[in-house]
Amino acid sequence: MFRYIVRRLLQMVLTFFGATFVVFALVFANQDDPLQALAGERPITESQRLALTERYHLDEGFFTQYGYYMKGLLTGDFGESLTQRKIADLLADAWPTTARLALLALVIAAVIAISAGVFSALRRGGVFDNVTLVATLIILAMPIVVIAPLAQLVFGIQLGWFPPTSGADPSLWALFLPALVLASSVLATQLRVTRTSVAENLRSDYVRTARAKGLSYRRVVSVHVLRNSLIPVITLIGVDLGQLMAGAIVTEGVFNIPGVGFNLVRAIRTEDGPLVVGFVSVLVIVFLVVNLLVDLLYAALDPRIRYE
Amino acid sequence: MSDMNSVTAAEAPEKLSAQPRRGKSDKNRSLAGDAWNDLRKSKIFWFAVVLVAAVLLMAAWPSLFTSADPNECALNRKHAGPSGGAIFGYDFQGCDVYARTIYGARNSIIVGIASTALAGIIGIIFGLSSGYFGGAVDAVLSRIIDIMLSIPFLLAGIVLSRRLSSDPNDNGLLAVILTLGLLTWTSSARVMRSAVIASKSQDYVAAGRMLGAGPGRLMFRHILPNSIASFIVVLTILLGVNIGVEATLSFLGVGLKGDAISWGIAISEGTGFARVASGPLVWPAVFLGLTVLAFIMLGDAIRDAFDPKLR
Repeated sequence: MFRYIVRRLLQMVLTFFGATFVVFALVFANQDDPLQALAGERPITESQRLALTERYHLDEGFFTQYGYYMKGLLTGDFGESLTQRKIADLLADAWPTTARLALLALVIAAVIAISAGVFSALRRGGVFDNVTLVATLIILAMPIVVIAPLAQLVFGIQLGWFPPTSGADPSLWALFLPALVLASSVLATQLRVTRTSVAENLRSDYVRTARAKGLSYRRVVSVHVLRNSLIPVITLIGVDLGQLMAGAIVTEGVFNIPGVGFNLVRAIRTEDGPLVVGFVSVLVIVFLVVNLLVDLLYAALDPRIRYE
Repeated sequence: MSDMNSVTAAEAPEKLSAQPRRGKSDKNRSLAGDAWNDLRKSKIFWFAVVLVAAVLLMAAWPSLFTSADPNECALNRKHAGPSGGAIFGYDFQGCDVYARTIYGARNSIIVGIASTALAGIIGIIFGLSSGYFGGAVDAVLSRIIDIMLSIPFLLAGIVLSRRLSSDPNDNGLLAVILTLGLLTWTSSARVMRSAVIASKSQDYVAAGRMLGAGPGRLMFRHILPNSIASFIVVLTILLGVNIGVEATLSFLGVGLKGDAISWGIAISEGTGFARVASGPLVWPAVFLGLTVLAFIMLGDAIRDAFDPKLR
């Protein structure tokens, strides 16, 4: 197990450097004139130019700049945005909202997916099963950019069941509709995995044994089958969490939720390069760490899996 | 795979594109014939085919569906309700929503097909060489794919698309195509790789090698035509997904822009005025949703028909 963790960590480091380098290169390589972009339309004096060049290391090579950035990142200094705010502060403001939204979405998705998945696996080929199969295909296909504005229009504005937008520091209730939208993007896959996994386990030997020694069907399903079937689902939920943290961009934009995605889009629109790279790097780290934890959890949950 | 197949594969690979990858030599029917029999009976398949055909028709000849000019807008009918020709009403600039929705299909289809083709070509090259050569080549290419997959897709798309179209006068079409192509080839490369590994050890490849065929000929004339079925399914689904991502990027303001007509832009503008008029938001969203759904359903139906395990 220990050797596996070490190997995964080394792989993670490699991926982390690769990913941040790609993002850094995309944002900063061959920039036209960042100082003029900073100053806008106003002319910029020679001495200002010199001072700023010195401060942002603009006269150095591209790789040296990346080196400076990595050094800052590893010592916990994410740098400053072009508007002179500390990126770490901006992240600290935005992060809790996004985390709450993602967790709420995950809970909604898991509850619906697991209960509906188990139910349709128990009645395979029945009406409910067929309806959910078609429904999950449709949900799976719909881009968030279709679901989010339509949900806002129908449930937020026309029916008025939920608040259509959530301003600064939203309550859990204000986050419910966006979380539901976000949940739809991961729900379908979770449901299908639950269904397949339960259906497969129902046919396994240990179920027959349990039934043969006189356990009730209810107990066999709810304890034996469910416990074994949820292992792949839990892995999937973990992977989804990473995705939700990063993927709430459209949802946060539509519902005006001041989270990470919302800030990121604003940073891209105002051409705030350092802010974009800062946010994306942190999101990549979150994504990688969550994926690692999921892999380890997988091994802990299922004693049949041994990494050596 | 039977010997007969390997002979025909050498002679006429293009005719074999629909041939089974790991099919058993059935009594009279091939796996492709079986699959077609399944498909013919599937309602979902026909539903998807009709939708796809309608969207393609819309993209090719929008004037078949509407005689209105999508760029003819008049502010005095801003947010006006449905009337005579404009059955979906008018948007906030007084443009005909129906005409703009019909004309929007073209950009979606162009981006979808071009970016998927690009992703497919990169996927073929990476997947073929990774699967065929194995060893160090495979290790390096797999690591590159790992890095690509570790960057959240939409984030990378935003940054890359923004980067590629810095010119404000350009409508962003080429940038979006390149962005999607360069970011989405990983799934097709993986499918190609595993298909190649599966068919590499087949007898007909060994026979070809013994007859003196080089790696290039083996890969492109023998292995590729026999591994292409599952690859095409992945690309069909990817086509639908890419149309959705194009709309998402345009929605966020980093995809198509300027005077380009796009469902994503229309949804973005419609969201801002949803309280005043819902038509300009709802119709592009419905068309986009149905288009994406159609391609994904088509791919899904074909895959189910070709997968013997699901029978």
